[in-house]
Amino acid sequence: MLGWLDTVIQGILLGGLYSLYATGLSVIFGIMRLVNLAHGDLIVLGAFLTLALTTLGVPIIAAVVIVLPLMFAAGYVLQSILLNRALGRNILPPLLITFGLSIIVQNGLLETFSADTRFLNVGTLQSASLPLGGGIAVGIMPLICFAAATAVIVLLNSVFYRTALGRAFRATSDDVEIAQLMGINNKSIYAVTMGIALAVCAVAGFFLGARANFDPSIGPARLLYAFEAVIIGGLGSLWGTLAGGIVVGLAQTIGAHIDPEWQILAGHVAFLIVLVIRPRGLFPRAVD
Amino acid sequence: MAVLETSELTAFYGDFQALFGINFLLNEGETVAIIGANGAGKSTFLKAIAGLLPRPAAAVRLHGREIGAVPAYEIVKLGVSLVPEGRRLFSSLSVEENLLVGAYGRQTPGPWNLASVYHLFPILQERRHTPSTALSGGQQQMVAIGRSLMSNPRILLCDELSLGLAPIVIRDIYAALADIKVRGTSVVLVEQDLVHAMSVADRAYCFQEGRVSLSGRPQELTRDAIHAAYFGL
Repeated sequence: MLGWLDTVIQGILLGGLYSLYATGLSVIFGIMRLVNLAHGDLIVLGAFLTLALTTLGVPIIAAVVIVLPLMFAAGYVLQSILLNRALGRNILPPLLITFGLSIIVQNGLLETFSADTRFLNVGTLQSASLPLGGGIAVGIMPLICFAAATAVIVLLNSVFYRTALGRAFRATSDDVEIAQLMGINNKSIYAVTMGIALAVCAVAGFFLGARANFDPSIGPARLLYAFEAVIIGGLGSLWGTLAGGIVVGLAQTIGAHIDPEWQILAGHVAFLIVLVIRPRGLFPRAVD
Repeated sequence: MAVLETSELTAFYGDFQALFGINFLLNEGETVAIIGANGAGKSTFLKAIAGLLPRPAAAVRLHGREIGAVPAYEIVKLGVSLVPEGRRLFSSLSVEENLLVGAYGRQTPGPWNLASVYHLFPILQERRHTPSTALSGGQQQMVAIGRSLMSNPRILLCDELSLGLAPIVIRDIYAALADIKVRGTSVVLVEQDLVHAMSVADRAYCFQEGRVSLSGRPQELTRDAIHAAYFGL
């Protein structure tokens, strides 16, 4: 029984990590209806950038603080000079571009950092844990990760729902043509959106590397988990994305608890079950 | 004095040409109606002015300045605001948020802000936290007008204000339009409802298949002339 409780707690905390993977994807899709196939690789890129800075002797927290605005800038530039030109009625061009970008990022990382497996050294935090009594303990790092995932969502929601810029984001998402009539430059809104998404990728990349090993090839699998979290949660709701991440995380740890071979499969099966029962996800936006 | 002028304005949807050289003039403080049958190019004309359609750079002049190459999000900052056909409110925003978005690009000082819009349409203040989709058609039209006013436009382009509204609601909307004019805003009114359009307009243009088929002061235009210009009979 305690084993099961432990599994559930670990699953929820793993869901925090998946929600971090998914939040950027959710924001990009919600505001500009763009599916970014390079999202997983950009998370891995964030992890490698942080790693590169630490090997230069920068303390890990400082490295994250530096990588965050770097990734924001990269997203802003990527959207302004490349993706904005491809956005239009046809959804295929941006899809193909991000697919190509995914391959470029993967191979660029492979060329620069080799195929070796890496991790981010967070010192004693790596193995520190908090005893909950009854023989159950939770890792400090997974706990911080879950708190970070929640904090990111609270922060983004307060930007989207409490500021003039956030109103402009939502207006652009609702009706891009009319938004322009209000004096909103949709292209610059999109660039900021991509910047925000990549800044979240930097955070996600840090926790990816601090919780587990990574190498240049693991991006697409992170993209898949992120997709599943977004779809399960329902498009357009960040809290839904967190819930979706938790569903995938729970399914994986429960699957692994039954048989370690079932871990990945269980996540996908949970995704399919949700799709069958609630095709629009758990918390879809009222109007779409 | 002309505040807005178009000369030989053309517009296309892909390969389809919708406007064939429109010459149009709007004077300071004037209300000009554009009438015509469905598909005559009235809405296209407003969209082309507002920057939602590509148009020749020199074809549109605002206070003498060529604005044909200016993008839509800059046009509103120059004091031209479009109330779009079918209201097109932002569906995930509340009434008040819709109005506030209208002030996003505001660069000119003027009489319009939340308080004066609520004064013009008191019902909107009551319903300010309601999702815009939960309003009646008439209330939605008030939000759409208020949203445009929030940018303090000097020229208001109105597309089919009466579309789908009950006669009594149309009367209220047109009463509000009179209040807006008093504050010095020039108005271009695209309308299918001939009677209403002619009752408020200083001048009128009739469009037919992307061309101006008739223009003049309402009292000078005979019923037969309008009929002919409407349908090209």
